[in-house]
Amino acid sequence: MQDIKVAATGHARLNSRRASKGIWKRIVQNWELYIFIAPAFFYFLIFSYGPMYGIQIAFKNFIPTKGITGSPWVGFDHFERFFHSYYFWDLLWNTLSISLYELAIGFPIPILLALAFNEVRTGFFKKMVQTVTYAPHFISVVVMAGMIITFLSPSTGIVVHIIEGLGFNAPDFLTDPRWFKSMYVFSGVWQSAGWGTIIYLAALSGVDPGLHEAAIIDGASRFQRIRHINIPTLIPTMTILLILNMGSLFGVGFEKILLLQNPLNMESSDVISTFVYRSGLVDAQYSFSTAVGLFNSVINAVLLVVVNQVVRRTSENSLW
Amino acid sequence: MLSGVKETKRDKLFLVCNYIFVSLALLIVLYPLVYMISASISDPKYVGSGEMWLWPKGITFDGYKRVFENSSIWTGYRNTIVYTVVGTAINLVVTLPAAYALSRKDFVGRNFFTAMFMFTMFFGGGLVPTYLLIKQLGMINTIWAIVIPSAASIWNIIVSRTFFQSSIPRELQEAAQIDGCTNMRLFIKIILPLSMPIIAVMALFYGVGNWNSYFSALIYLNDTAKYPLQLVLRQILVLQQMSAQGGGAIDASTAAAMNSKAEIAELVKYAVIIVATVPVIVIYPFLQRYFVQGVMIGSVKG
Repeated sequence: MQDIKVAATGHARLNSRRASKGIWKRIVQNWELYIFIAPAFFYFLIFSYGPMYGIQIAFKNFIPTKGITGSPWVGFDHFERFFHSYYFWDLLWNTLSISLYELAIGFPIPILLALAFNEVRTGFFKKMVQTVTYAPHFISVVVMAGMIITFLSPSTGIVVHIIEGLGFNAPDFLTDPRWFKSMYVFSGVWQSAGWGTIIYLAALSGVDPGLHEAAIIDGASRFQRIRHINIPTLIPTMTILLILNMGSLFGVGFEKILLLQNPLNMESSDVISTFVYRSGLVDAQYSFSTAVGLFNSVINAVLLVVVNQVVRRTSENSLW
Repeated sequence: MLSGVKETKRDKLFLVCNYIFVSLALLIVLYPLVYMISASISDPKYVGSGEMWLWPKGITFDGYKRVFENSSIWTGYRNTIVYTVVGTAINLVVTLPAAYALSRKDFVGRNFFTAMFMFTMFFGGGLVPTYLLIKQLGMINTIWAIVIPSAASIWNIIVSRTFFQSSIPRELQEAAQIDGCTNMRLFIKIILPLSMPIIAVMALFYGVGNWNSYFSALIYLNDTAKYPLQLVLRQILVLQQMSAQGGGAIDASTAAAMNSKAEIAELVKYAVIIVATVPVIVIYPFLQRYFVQGVMIGSVKG
């Protein structure tokens, strides 16, 4: 992750030093490398930059027969319509609250788990714990949604049976808007917290054993060593992951939301991205939907830059 | 490493708590997995009533029989295999050579390409413009709409580049070049054979992604005969269940039809989950090392 930064700084220096010395010679000598990069170059050009050209329909009234360039300009009409619509604040609130909820629960848990796994002696048990907790990562989002629906179904779901077995009344998880966000966040934790530990465990395995030995000789308890050695080790990784997460606050994982959405929980489950899908591809309001999508990605990009700036001011671990 | 040191009482207590915590995490993750396997071979009657809660009860393989009799699941399975194999092959052909080129310090334009690829991580055209582009290219309702728009992920290119940079000695490449080896030969004869770990990691990352994806099929395919398994699953697991939940005002005959469908869904849903997930879950423990390696390479400082 950090090599994003490295790529930008380290090699620029190297290149400028050699720049004067026969750039052309090196280009000709390595002409095959341009063939190597060609498929990826054209892929990104066409399928990532191509749609950026199409963004202009957010400022137009897209008429399929006239094409992207031929459609008439309307300025910021679609944006104004969106900002003044009755659902604007709901969408914004749902998007942001689901993301923040997910961040608050889903971000610390892999760190806690990694710190705990790290204290378990290497052996069969540790291996089994890791294998099992990583496994849900490979379950597809459709199966995941199917599992959630099946487990939480009123009268037949196992979770409902367990809650009723304990003598409580189980809520209607699937249709009660108040439960949607928790259902989304906690199923996500179940699925990805284990996998999320890998990156932290990798960082922990890089801790100098001498540090721990010295701390033990000084009489530090396990808890103190975790507190003063292991946690500081994880801070750079945590920072980078936090920046990336903040950057996608408005890009909440919409594939799962789309699958779990139903007319009854819509008031708390409709987020900007599902709205873009519905208005754009289901209702074919191409221009309007593009405008909403553009609004979303601009916020994302701005957030990422701002958070990165703030982190760079306060610590050394920024993305670039 | 710390064998000479005795654990203090406090540390022992801490360790016990830690083991309890880890075991709890293990149970929470394991239980739904075991439950689904048990439910898939249990009588739906016991599953629905909650009598089956851990081990199979009233063992029956009807669910699996129904799944294997269902032609749309078979077609879905076949389509998914085709999409996964073709898609992953394309992913590798796009990713590996590009990553190798970017790993070469003497590659003029490397900063430009890196920046150009990286920018797409932060900003994109969005759903509708992408859809219109795919439509304009005539890819709607073809396999190409599934495999081409996801031909490469910048993340995986960076991971592979890091591998090439850190795991293959520069001297080896320089020596080969001095001996007059072309870049093409160098890549195919020397670099690729030395890069089996990263090829495995990439094939697995992309392969699992392709196997599990449903969204591009949902928006780009309209012919049900071309649906991948995940879309068939969506119909069985999500749509029918949801319509059984929040039906609202529907007439009697629709309700009856839905009920019989819901019963079949009840019978097959666990079996179908197992059948769809088995290929990934079965190979996963054997390849776990590679997956973990992939995540770690990605996190290493370049």
